[in-house]
Amino acid sequence: MRLIVHNMLTCNVKGVVNKFPLKIVAEKVVKKEVDFNLDFLWHMLAKIEWKALVDGARSLGYSELPDHAEALESNESFLKKFHHALLELHLEEGSLVCKETGRKFPVKKGVPNMLLHEDEV
Amino acid sequence: MSKTPPQIADIMRVSSHREVYEPCDDSFALVDALLADQTNLINHKPNLCMEIGCGSGYVITSLILLLKPKLPNNVHYLATDTNPLAARVTTETLSAHGVEADIICTDIASCLETRLAGSVDVIVVNPPYVPTPEYEVGMEGIASAWAGGENGRSVIDRMLPVVDRLLSEKGWFYLLTLTSNYPAEICLMMRKRGFAWRILVQRSTDEENLVILKFWRDRDDEESLVKETSSASFASEFSRSLSSFREKKWR
Repeated sequence: MRLIVHNMLTCNVKGVVNKFPLKIVAEKVVKKEVDFNLDFLWHMLAKIEWKALVDGARSLGYSELPDHAEALESNESFLKKFHHALLELHLEEGSLVCKETGRKFPVKKGVPNMLLHEDEV
Repeated sequence: MSKTPPQIADIMRVSSHREVYEPCDDSFALVDALLADQTNLINHKPNLCMEIGCGSGYVITSLILLLKPKLPNNVHYLATDTNPLAARVTTETLSAHGVEADIICTDIASCLETRLAGSVDVIVVNPPYVPTPEYEVGMEGIASAWAGGENGRSVIDRMLPVVDRLLSEKGWFYLLTLTSNYPAEICLMMRKRGFAWRILVQRSTDEENLVILKFWRDRDDEESLVKETSSASFASEFSRSLSSFREKKWR
């Protein structure tokens, strides 16, 4: 699971209010290089919840992102770090934890399992 | 000698597992529909594409391959499935073709709806469409790939409001159905949500009559929408559309 996906995931248990972002507990992180694309990154910059990305990256062992992203769209060094954090870090094994309920969603072989039990729907 | 890159997924490179639905006539028909719409899709310049119910990964892999030559790095692909084994098989199929998508195990798109509302530009679905008893719907394992409950519509009908929430203003939705699913009703339900529709592919195999539909947002003024979506007139409009489609595209 990459951070671009983590930034889209919410806890889907019935009745939960504080459902985003999920806390990451990382057991195995892998880096896979991806081609850099400026247009794609600018597009994502507008959609990403920045704090969730920064905290998520830290959980995966990457602390290079600045706390704020304003006015950095043309900064090459910033964009490279953004690219790396968003697209190149993979959580292979671990879990995503709901901040409100503590419910753990496992991540196995890079795939988060967000399936709910019957009583959670 | 130049090697032409594959236009769609190579069946020999699609991974498999006994509890995961293997590509079949329905999958091939859906990919044929995407292939027929390839130029439109490329010109549409989607940013985010999603398959709901990726199974073996045959369809999402094909979608990526047919957009890749002209849109190499600008598109983000997502795939969901309720079966963790399908997620694994899809990962293997994607990897075997040298392409990438992010896969999530979830029911339809339940953990993504909030953050992705109004953001998805292309949604592709080959749903569990086989008419079965209601209790067979959503059972663990491979049966969840086909069990569709009454008229095969249990899962389809749950998906439509989700698709409406997820699709962007310019979003397109490709849905595979059987004539047994009463696709006219599906089109009517979507029309009432402000979607236009057309039949992309119609194919009769030995066992099934497949109808692949494409939907896009096309809000009309209230009055004509009310007139247009009166059930009787709509049913006959759909019937006419299907007949004329069959005549033009016989087998």
